[in-house]
Amino acid sequence: MEILLQQIINGLVQGSIYALVALGYTMVYGILGLINFAHGEVVMVGAMLVLSSLTAMLGWGVPPVLALPISVMLAITGCMALGYGIERIAYRPLRHAPRLAPLITAIGVSIVLQNLAMMIWGRDYHSFPQLFANTTHSFGGAVINDIQIIIFVMAVAIMAGLMVVVHHTRLGRAMRAIAENQHAAQLMGVDVNRVISITFMLGSAMAAVAGLMVSANYGLAHYYMGFLLGLKAFTAAVLGGIGNLRGAMLGGLLLGLIESLGAGYIGDLSGGFFGSNYQDVFAFLVLIAVLVFRPSGLLGERLAERA
Amino acid sequence: MSRRSLCGSLRFGLLATLLRGFFVMQFSDKRNRLKFWLVLAALLLLPFITDALLGRSWVRIVDFAMLYIMLALGLNIVVGYAGLLDLGYIAFFAVGAYCYALTGSPHLALAFPMMFPAGVHLPFWIVLPMAALVAGGFGVLLGAPTLRLRGDYLAIVTLGFGEIIRIFLNNLDAPVNLTNGPQGISRIDPVSVAGVSLNSTQHIFGIVFPAVHLYFYLFLAFTALVVFVSRRLERSRIGRAWMAIREDEVAASAMGIDTRNLKLLAFAMGAMSGGASGALFAGFQGFVSPESFSLMESVMVLCMVVLGGMGNIAGVIFGAILLALLPEVLRHIVVPAQQALFGRTLVDPESLRMLLFGTALIVMMLYRPAGLLPSRVRRRELGADEPAAETSVYDATH
Repeated sequence: MEILLQQIINGLVQGSIYALVALGYTMVYGILGLINFAHGEVVMVGAMLVLSSLTAMLGWGVPPVLALPISVMLAITGCMALGYGIERIAYRPLRHAPRLAPLITAIGVSIVLQNLAMMIWGRDYHSFPQLFANTTHSFGGAVINDIQIIIFVMAVAIMAGLMVVVHHTRLGRAMRAIAENQHAAQLMGVDVNRVISITFMLGSAMAAVAGLMVSANYGLAHYYMGFLLGLKAFTAAVLGGIGNLRGAMLGGLLLGLIESLGAGYIGDLSGGFFGSNYQDVFAFLVLIAVLVFRPSGLLGERLAERA
Repeated sequence: MSRRSLCGSLRFGLLATLLRGFFVMQFSDKRNRLKFWLVLAALLLLPFITDALLGRSWVRIVDFAMLYIMLALGLNIVVGYAGLLDLGYIAFFAVGAYCYALTGSPHLALAFPMMFPAGVHLPFWIVLPMAALVAGGFGVLLGAPTLRLRGDYLAIVTLGFGEIIRIFLNNLDAPVNLTNGPQGISRIDPVSVAGVSLNSTQHIFGIVFPAVHLYFYLFLAFTALVVFVSRRLERSRIGRAWMAIREDEVAASAMGIDTRNLKLLAFAMGAMSGGASGALFAGFQGFVSPESFSLMESVMVLCMVVLGGMGNIAGVIFGAILLALLPEVLRHIVVPAQQALFGRTLVDPESLRMLLFGTALIVMMLYRPAGLLPSRVRRRELGADEPAAETSVYDATH
């Protein structure tokens, strides 16, 4: 029972990170009908920026209370610029091209980012500096530490903030209008290009925060971390119904739970044949299962096939 | 066609001429027939010329280039003809390679000592179609759920599959040692043709044929087969249906094309071709391990297709040769150049190569979407020359 509770806690924490990244996929998809393959790499760049600025500042003797917010702001700004640049360079010129074209540039961008990161930060794992005493609290036999609590609370707060932006501001209305019908929105005076740029920047800002969370949670960052994370977050977005914000959140949490419970119990279920090293396979199985049985996702009303 | 091939020769030099000459072989006028024989002679002499000029190690590189040509042509069926983006193509190559590695080596003796005390040693010619079928089966398994949805899903599912297959290959060494994990499987039986093992030097009519030369001829024969099949497919009813789907799926299905099954067929055929190449690779290399099948390889093969010209056989071959030789060229240029300039190696050739691939994918799509050697249909469709056609086609689908 304690194990179950523990797996649920781990799953929810991991799932809230997936949800943040999945929001980036789903926002872009909702507006442009495009899968932004490079989004996972933006998360990685965010994590790397936080880590390197944080370690640099701690090295200069800046107190952690000051260093953390500064480096997070730095990473968010950097990722927003990156997101803007990606859209400008790789997607905007191809907005009216056949669909294969932006997919190919997307994979190109993600390869370029991955290798640039490897050149800048090297092939090694970077460890997250310890900023404060990370106390663990136990309840019901399971443990949760401060970092995990902060991650979960922050993720929920950011998601709530995003919902407010999308549903109660002028910008959000413009975003929804473009998702509904880009041409009509343009006729109504919405600056489509500007809103799309802002969408990419918003998604990238969340990716930066997610990058911070992943590296804080595992204590590690690596140039290759964005790839699988991106794949899983995309799966989360599809699970919830791609293009649907609430779906992305739900999908993220669910996927986190499935993964952590699956990895925890696969050994017992398969009689020891498969171990927890197959953890990464679950997201993929979920993706295939969703595509077979409910391609529109849990909360998606629209059919996934859109011409 | 012959006028076009002359233009091509001026632009891309000897290599392209040789290739183009190879494709016009079925044209029966006299000049082309002469050209065909010249090209064939040149190709048959290629390993000897390479050996004499550059050394034995380059013959091996040429052999690998032939393998890449086969892979790129297989992917071209999926990406070039049917317009489906497969980002995990190397996974099918891996499936084929492991098929031969398991059924043509002593390895299975470790997992099932009672059943196979000496391992399994099926002849290559049985394993080859089997590898193609198994890879094709995986293709159908992946394609069936995803191909009825829009193309983006296929891209991401294949991307995931490419990664998953490596997780399995890396971890299926326990509790039953199937794949031998990250160490890979070695001592794979050499391919033998008509009782002649290709792994040892042979003397035929007094000429010495080292193993790499023999494999070159084997690969040449298979490449010719793939080219032939691609060419016939391209002009068949199926090929035309694929291109119709690629250009406008809604219109194609309105014309009575069974889009889902035809897309599945393209995907499975690409997978089969990848599987067969994988078996050849395993036989040639004598050793397989999961690290040969990384995402980077998939991207490289995709890059060959995109760079050369999606849907154009000559273009794809050109792209494959270019990119297969690139790492060798980089290795000889990048490190010495950096040593001379900065006194140390800042960027290793491997990551520079990947950086170039990624950049090439972006730049090609932005400025020359139909590739360096575009096919006529593809160029028209991707609107490189006719900007007017481009927007109107798009609007009609929305």
